[in-house]
Amino acid sequence: MKMEEARRLAREQKDSAALLGLVPYAVYLGLHIDMADPAAPVLHLPFKKSLIGNSALPAIHGGVVASFMESAALMHLLLMLDEQRVPKSIDFSIDYLRSAHAEDSYASCAVERLGRRVAQVQIRCWQANPAKPVALARAHFLLAGDEPA
Amino acid sequence: MSNQPFYDILRRSYATSVPHVGELGIELTRIDGEAAEARLPCKPEFLGDVERQLIHTGVITTLIDSICGIALLAHIGKPTRIATLDLRVDYLRPSRPGKDLVCRAECYRLTEQIAFLRATVWQDDPAAPVASCLAAFMRTGRPGEKSERSGLQ
Repeated sequence: MKMEEARRLAREQKDSAALLGLVPYAVYLGLHIDMADPAAPVLHLPFKKSLIGNSALPAIHGGVVASFMESAALMHLLLMLDEQRVPKSIDFSIDYLRSAHAEDSYASCAVERLGRRVAQVQIRCWQANPAKPVALARAHFLLAGDEPA
Repeated sequence: MSNQPFYDILRRSYATSVPHVGELGIELTRIDGEAAEARLPCKPEFLGDVERQLIHTGVITTLIDSICGIALLAHIGKPTRIATLDLRVDYLRPSRPGKDLVCRAECYRLTEQIAFLRATVWQDDPAAPVASCLAAFMRTGRPGEKSERSGLQ
């Protein structure tokens, strides 16, 4: 499915399955997009056992938290911008504030700077209590811009 | 190599006590006090961009975080609790499916409470890495504390 059609479905019908399908790894993790507020989508990672990184605590794998947040930023850009191709990651930096428990995780993103070629995105991840984030991250993405598809 | 028994414990317990590692299919190929290395065969579900056929960078970050943790435990040389404080990853080149990802991580400074690590990831050529990373970890166990909660037993 074309990206434009997938984006239209997500924006107008709040059905993000097609948009997520463009990023197979987001589907593999089990990401959902909550479009209740179209201006501020919330990315949702339902807990499943295969995401555990420390069975003794138990805690979600730190790498999973990171890749969830990276995926969240990517999906946020696909939703909010009119890019024709999937933006490329330039770099990613994450601060872990708390261990992620064996429960659902959520992420929200803010594009703090949008240039013609590069977007800077801030990502916040939390679990039961939004006031106690599990991790904060930032990422730069290279936009396709006018690059021929 | 006096610490070989501990490295063997780490290697054996790695996939079973870290479920997500078994799920991804990460295989440890080297583990000693100097460095840890691992190989991750790519699966179709690791793609982040279907059109360009590129691997999602989140897969690389997860691989790095895991191998940094193992490299640190091996460097410390005994079971202990550790936690990632932060990671910064630079994606130097696109990585493509059909080729394994190889990660090497090493601890280059260890203090009483904090550890500094670096890692690189490549596909064909170690001299042409697809990602490089700097990370800080904390040693969260207190002296004398039981070490079961490290999750690697």
